[in-house]
Amino acid sequence: MSAVLRIPTVLRPAMGGASTLNVEGQTIGDVLSELSDAYPAVKGQLLNDDGSLHRFLNVYINDDDVRYLGGVNAPVANDDEITLLPAVAGGAA
Amino acid sequence: MARFASVLDLIGNTPIVDVSALSPSPNVTILAKLEGRNPAGSVKDRVALSLVEAAEADGILIPGKPDQILIEPSSGNTGIALAMVCRLRGYHLKVVLPSNVSPERRQLLLAWGAEIIDSPGSEGSNGAVRLAQRLSGENPEWTFLYQYANPANPAAHYRTTGPEILRDVPEITHFVAGLGTSGTLMGVGKYLKEAKPGVQIWAVEPPSGEMVDGLRNLEDGYIPPIFTENHGGELLDRKVVVRPRESIEWTRKLTEVGLFVGLSSGAIMSGAVKCAKLIAEDETATIVTIVCDDGWKYLSTGAWSDDIDVVVERAKKIIYF
Repeated sequence: MSAVLRIPTVLRPAMGGASTLNVEGQTIGDVLSELSDAYPAVKGQLLNDDGSLHRFLNVYINDDDVRYLGGVNAPVANDDEITLLPAVAGGAA
Repeated sequence: MARFASVLDLIGNTPIVDVSALSPSPNVTILAKLEGRNPAGSVKDRVALSLVEAAEADGILIPGKPDQILIEPSSGNTGIALAMVCRLRGYHLKVVLPSNVSPERRQLLLAWGAEIIDSPGSEGSNGAVRLAQRLSGENPEWTFLYQYANPANPAAHYRTTGPEILRDVPEITHFVAGLGTSGTLMGVGKYLKEAKPGVQIWAVEPPSGEMVDGLRNLEDGYIPPIFTENHGGELLDRKVVVRPRESIEWTRKLTEVGLFVGLSSGAIMSGAVKCAKLIAEDETATIVTIVCDDGWKYLSTGAWSDDIDVVVERAKKIIYF
């Protein structure tokens, strides 16, 4: 499946500088594994050694957090938009 | 009752209003709990009072004793609420505030006598938390209530907000709220799951991670200890992210039902509508959502009057959640 990946500012220097990339994969785990292979500098920032998501990385498929859609097994469909966002502190709510 | 002994007695018991005119489905009722009706203007009044009362119960703070100093990181509303409570209790409050919050928030803190310590705007709330932690460590005589980790934060919602919601909306099927410290979601979520296990708990996250360019790497990330300690990953049923444009659009749409609310409440309403769209056509649902505060503190953003493209760009540079 082909999807568009939105990359946060903090990860761009290690991923060629682009804000978006076209990515392939059946699941989020597939997509992040391929990114780790293509950009070794971000490997430890996407997935842990056991294949689970990095604790400070939030991954959304079409604005839905994949941790509640099956985690790394969340399916990716054609034309999905995948967004990576770092976990940061919020305040007012 | 219309006569109260103290402003603090006005905290809580906020009204809930039907905003289903904005629902995408006739089968889905959407109700908004108006936390802006609290005396210092936001849902954080509940938290501030709970934090201070817990510290007093533990003997950490002593009402009437002179020269007691508190320090707290806040993007605004907790600081404002604490400032009001501290003014009444006679404590001196120092608020560590990102420099890029709306100017009205600064004014309100000063109005209630708080002292503002600026943290770098580019580091967002993370930077405010880090600076407060450092200053607290350097000044152990100060009281650091630390809303992100203090169990009195979710306890306020477990004790008051959750029961109020179930009392007023016994037919509730979904609760949708914003994920900041996670206090509202953890406290209300835990209460509702215990009292009515079928209720779905949904979190709305603003895209602040895109805006906070002070992050050096992902290891600078932050998950509130309250979220971890309350097993937030298991308590929540779903989490959606809302973009700045959606937040502004829904802040404006809420005026169609007469509500003048803060930008985070627009974001949460957008999340509630996303939730409503996922309800099957042959099902009914009742969503309760939170209006965290009113719009007064955000007038300087031009959110209601300026060109939306301009407002969205402006909103990316201020912290409004």
